Amino acid sequence: MVYGIIQLINFAHGEIYMLGAFIALIVAGALTIYGFSGWAILLLAGLVAAVYAAAYGYTLEKIAYRPLRTAPRLSPLISAIGKSLFLQNYVMLAQTPDFLPFPTLIPEFAFMEPVAHIIGSAEVVILLTSAVLMTGLTVLIKYTRIGKAMRATQQDMAMARLVGIDVDRVISFTFVVGSVLAAVGGVLVGSYLGQINFAIGFMAGIKAFTAAVLGGIGSIPGAVLGGLVLGLTEALAAGYVSSAYEDVFAFGVLVLILILRPSGLLGRAIREKV
Amino acid sequence: MVKRFRRWSLPIAAAAVLLASPALAEKPPIVIGVAGSHSGDLAPYGLPTKEAVEMLAADLNARGGLLGRPVKLLILDDQCKPEIAANVATAAVSQGAQAIIGHVCSGATKAALGIYKEARIIAISPSATNPALTMGGDYPNFFRTIAPDDKQGQLAAAIVATRLGARKLAVIHDKGDYGKGFADAAKAVLEKDGKATVVLYDGITPGAMDYSAVIQKIRHAEADAVIYGGYHPEASKLVAQMKKKRVDIPFIGPDGLMGSGLLTIAGANAEGVYATGPMDVARYPLNQQTRAVYQKKYGREPGMFFDQGAAAWQALVAAIQKAGGTDYAALEKALKTNPVETSVGKIKFNAKGDAEGVGFAVYQVRGGKFVEVK
Repeated sequence: MVYGIIQLINFAHGEIYMLGAFIALIVAGALTIYGFSGWAILLLAGLVAAVYAAAYGYTLEKIAYRPLRTAPRLSPLISAIGKSLFLQNYVMLAQTPDFLPFPTLIPEFAFMEPVAHIIGSAEVVILLTSAVLMTGLTVLIKYTRIGKAMRATQQDMAMARLVGIDVDRVISFTFVVGSVLAAVGGVLVGSYLGQINFAIGFMAGIKAFTAAVLGGIGSIPGAVLGGLVLGLTEALAAGYVSSAYEDVFAFGVLVLILILRPSGLLGRAIREKV
Repeated sequence: MVKRFRRWSLPIAAAAVLLASPALAEKPPIVIGVAGSHSGDLAPYGLPTKEAVEMLAADLNARGGLLGRPVKLLILDDQCKPEIAANVATAAVSQGAQAIIGHVCSGATKAALGIYKEARIIAISPSATNPALTMGGDYPNFFRTIAPDDKQGQLAAAIVATRLGARKLAVIHDKGDYGKGFADAAKAVLEKDGKATVVLYDGITPGAMDYSAVIQKIRHAEADAVIYGGYHPEASKLVAQMKKKRVDIPFIGPDGLMGSGLLTIAGANAEGVYATGPMDVARYPLNQQTRAVYQKKYGREPGMFFDQGAAAWQALVAAIQKAGGTDYAALEKALKTNPVETSVGKIKFNAKGDAEGVGFAVYQVRGGKFVEVK
């Protein structure tokens, strides 16, 4: 989404996801001591993580990207990688380099038991949450004033500014929304896998970016489709060939798509702006 | 450039003389590198050895040093990564290391050994168990105070085939030197004696998020036990996700699973997991003594490979004393001919560099602890 608007790969996106998981872990730990129940902890921890991540996303944009708005495209890219490294090492030093156990916040439903060997409760909750969030995001972008401003900024930043859109605010908002979503993802996946460490964001960020490119940059259904294609390719490669090669297949598909359909599965061909 | 160099060369030379002069007054130290994972997620395997060596070296220096010379330690953190291991090995050689205790992980050890071999430095590892490191014959400068993986793999295979009565086995590994070495050894034994068949043999990507694909494969292969070669972060994920997918079969791994990592991360999911690990060596007097000193100093139980690390140090010190220095040939001869009392019992190294008199036992997680299975 961020890439769609300012043509910048936000490498620190995965780190926001990791931060979200860490914040949720800390909050969940505190709430467990006070004796909250599973669902309350999940909601509260997710909420705090989302707020915290939003603050991080906003600050990140302000410190690392805004001063470079008019700089050549390579500078914010390097700044993004730097930010990603900084956040990883910051969490490693402030927390721990080891894996931490993450509480299973999503309870097991009794009615899921007959099919638990195929799909677990956690997977269902994750699926539903993502569906709701994706719908919400689509509505936000398609039908609200700020969404319209975001699309305008994406099409032509200078022109948007001319018609009175506060481009800086729109971009900040984009970062905040992206960070909130990343944090929610971090909480859900942390709860599903049951362990987190400072490095989980890196691979997640790369995979998320791959999915976005696969589906077509800037298109939400495209990102969902890209994620599905990527995940299925990995799973099928692991299942039928060897899990030793799952990444090879996943990124192989990416290379193929980039060669055959550079704008992604559902992406519009974007002409280079002159 | 030339001008600037000249301007600084005199003060630098003066400073160098000043720095060097106190060292000249005493005898030059014997420099020993302590290499292993001291940070990163595999740090629990490396830190105990570092602590053991630091403790024993301080004690040795307090008692007048080695051959009348002080011992200086170089702490080399490789995070168990081969590329970092090669860097720290080069650094150790250039800083004049005369022997190495380490490295800790097999992959990192392999990356470093060639550099030590060229510099004619002996390395004694407390925990690098990949069979080829000694059996391959490429590294005559390598010794270890732990038994190699093929012994572990053979033991794991024997346990699943006889005690657990498994007939169809899934063998999974993490594609690393250590994990694959263990898995291959177990697989070779199982295929040779025909007690059980290997229905699935697959590698997983360490650090990946989700292993449900390989777990579904285990289910479809209808395996009745899993042998896993690798370390605890992936093992924790595998056992947790197996439980989630209701694949309820025994899980056995090498000593990379032992220690506190698996127990804290996997928590209740770790219950029932088997692991092979170094034999219980608590009965040896030197072991009890070393552990007591550690507990007094740190106020806690020593971690994984502490005994092997202490033994590596004890064997090295004895060999340097016997050889009268750190000359490569004399040191090698002393290690191979002179039996030494250590924390893991009385050991001597065979022609390949493996310690004679050390072995493995099987452990199982029961009530949140690894308990030896008799």
